[in-house]
Amino acid sequence: MSLLKVTSPHASGQSRVSAVMRDVLVATVPGVLVLTGYFGPGTLINIILGGLVAIAAEYAVVAMRGRDPRVAVSDLSVLVTSTLLCIALPPYAPWWLIAIGVLTSVLLGKQVFGGLGYNPFNPAMVGYVVLLISFPVQMSAWAPPRGLAEVPGLGDTLRHVFAPTTIDAVTAATPLDLLRQNTGLLFDDLLRTSAELTSWGGIGWFEANLAFLVGGIWLLYRRVFTWHAPIAMLVALAVCALMGYDGGSSESGGSALFHLFSGATMFAAFFIITDPVSSAVSNRGRLIFGALIGALIYLIRTLGNYPDAVAFAVLILNFCAPFIDHYTQPKVYGTGKAGSKET
Amino acid sequence: MRTVHDIHGGIHPPERKALSRPGELTDAPIPPQLVMPLRQHLGVPAQPTVEVGDTVLGDQQIAAAQGVMSVPVHAPTSGTVVAIESRPIAHASGLEDQCIVIETDGHHRCLDAVGTDDWRALDAITLVERIREAGIAGMGGAGFPTAVKLSPGPERPIETLLINGTECEPYITADDTLMQCHADELIEGAQILAHVVSADAILIGIEDNKPGAIAAVEAAIARADADIELATFPTKYPSGGEKQIIEILTGQQVPSGGIPADIGLVCVNPGTAVAAKRAIVDGKPLTHRIVTLTGEALTSPQNVSACLGTPITALMAHAGLNAIAPQRVIHGGPMMGFAVSNLQAPITKITNCLLAPTATELPVPEPAKPCIRCGHCAEACPASLLPQQLYWYARAKDQEQLAEHRLFDCIECGACAYVCPSQIPLVQYYRAAKGQIRDSEQEKRRSDNSRGRFEARQARLEAEAAAREAKRAARKAAAQSKADAEGADPIQAAIERAKARKADQDKEPEQTS
Repeated sequence: MSLLKVTSPHASGQSRVSAVMRDVLVATVPGVLVLTGYFGPGTLINIILGGLVAIAAEYAVVAMRGRDPRVAVSDLSVLVTSTLLCIALPPYAPWWLIAIGVLTSVLLGKQVFGGLGYNPFNPAMVGYVVLLISFPVQMSAWAPPRGLAEVPGLGDTLRHVFAPTTIDAVTAATPLDLLRQNTGLLFDDLLRTSAELTSWGGIGWFEANLAFLVGGIWLLYRRVFTWHAPIAMLVALAVCALMGYDGGSSESGGSALFHLFSGATMFAAFFIITDPVSSAVSNRGRLIFGALIGALIYLIRTLGNYPDAVAFAVLILNFCAPFIDHYTQPKVYGTGKAGSKET
Repeated sequence: MRTVHDIHGGIHPPERKALSRPGELTDAPIPPQLVMPLRQHLGVPAQPTVEVGDTVLGDQQIAAAQGVMSVPVHAPTSGTVVAIESRPIAHASGLEDQCIVIETDGHHRCLDAVGTDDWRALDAITLVERIREAGIAGMGGAGFPTAVKLSPGPERPIETLLINGTECEPYITADDTLMQCHADELIEGAQILAHVVSADAILIGIEDNKPGAIAAVEAAIARADADIELATFPTKYPSGGEKQIIEILTGQQVPSGGIPADIGLVCVNPGTAVAAKRAIVDGKPLTHRIVTLTGEALTSPQNVSACLGTPITALMAHAGLNAIAPQRVIHGGPMMGFAVSNLQAPITKITNCLLAPTATELPVPEPAKPCIRCGHCAEACPASLLPQQLYWYARAKDQEQLAEHRLFDCIECGACAYVCPSQIPLVQYYRAAKGQIRDSEQEKRRSDNSRGRFEARQARLEAEAAAREAKRAARKAAAQSKADAEGADPIQAAIERAKARKADQDKEPEQTS
């Protein structure tokens, strides 16, 4: 009888990388459905097109690196990267914009560093920032929500994506654009007078944020990540917004509710900054990591040149993560005062 | 009611304890040959006191302790010593070690036992010596010589004796069975050990998944009318780690690098307490132990009381191992045990479980994927370490950062690897890194020693040279001062002597011619 030599532990739990990635993909479903409902099938086309490009790119590069490409693709991480990027892209973005973004994310954001687990920056945000700086016109062309304009059907959508020059895109300002461009109106008047806004925030945007919040809570329930980074980010953003509310004057930075449910806030809190590879590692570190991202998002939104700020805030904090880790090492058993219980 | 504290992290793997029917205990058959390793404990191996061809009786000492960190070995039954040689032993390394091989005669003739009920009249030194002479080493798995543990020294006063009946590893029910079947002996053993270390209190801790053991111990405490506290706490792995149970029951942490005695505790396994009772009261050395034989590859999983030195293969046959190759046989539990590399290896004082799982029961791990730093390991770590960071630094062989992240506070419980979604054998990396650090420290000590020796030699040579120089200078000075005393320059004097000789020579031809 031959004996198996295996090292301890011999028992192992059920958690697997591919299952974690699958959970993240599943959790994006409510948000994607709301975006599709309000802005048409553009986001869906983004995701499908981006996913195909991403799988092809990952397969090719991993094969070139002499690894088994099927193993790399089957962990689903590349689909998570491309899906998150494509959700962030404007619906009806031209095909080449999607392709460039996804290739940048997968190749420059991830594979040049050694693939899954080795990327210092959030790959989706690397792709997003490269697009935002290189193609500002296409990147700010958000579609108007259903109700304000006719939402294109599938045929029109495909024409938008694959033959963008043959058709005039209908675009509208996002709620954060409106706030940024506001010069004379009191905050409440801005909400009342803008067709795109309700007293809660932007039409479609508020609902999409709510849907990503639902997906995020499900991920928390599934223990894919801990609450520390998302909650810290949301609290920091809300606190900053309260401080900058200025009584709702024409100089107001916007209400806390407006900031929490506008732009990419909830998507960022539960899908972007929770990328474990590029974030801080300890719970205390993740609190700091999330809080600083929340504060930076507010500062860039109100003071910076770009209407939304998630990608820049996340990349800057990705830089800081090793530094945060250095100062937030948890207290190890037995290293406190002799015989005392550390809390 | 004692406040039970929670520990950081921990996991809840399937317990599978009912499989081996805890509480039922039978004797394993005495095998035709017993293989007694000279080292069944942590420390220095014992020295054989018998020779090949000698006849031995049960309970007879066959190897003596070598110094303090050592315990003797006794024959479990009567027979003849047929070999003293290197044999495969149950060790993670798969190496061989010196063993005394006894051919048993089946008569089980034993030495007359001399014990005492009146142990309260004996002093600690006598009792510790008897415990050492009985060959007792910690029976929970580490095999630390019990006599050493019972002598923490006067600078560490002991308040509490803690009996660790947690047995948190899945599958294992040896302590559970022992507490159910020998509860009275456990209580008396605990009282003896508390007397030895002058502990004020005795505390027995049992995880709440062992109602049979809890009831048995409770009843035994009542029967003995003993002042012993029984504490139960929620089941969680690894609550049975010495540091963990101490935090659970006292809220205190053993200082890093320290021992429980530093905070007034001595913590022993129930098996060790029962062995101490038998050594003192019955006068019997440690020759048998309870072993859990379990796993779905066995037709009759069970607990047996087996002679130390029984080959693993004999026990596997006794429990009906369905040999479907390739088979994994684990010494210890599924979390911290090691796969045995030779079934001829014998069981020892630390063998609490032999686990023969099927391939579906404990599948062979999949190839590891990259670490995604999800942090599940850090949530599971009972020592509050950051296993994902230790993994990076272990791979980078960054010893400075490994020390910074306190690698040596890792208890190798395996909780991190259990929860890892990438199936990385984390504990293996930590063991290897610890080994490398120990090696390089030894290397450093060696080179420090050589440098010290070299510098000492240099200093000695320089001192000798200086001494020679000083002597020469002294001689010169002496000659100088002598010449000064004569009041003439020695060179001038020599020249004048030569001139005088010359003048004499010039005169001589005239005289001779």
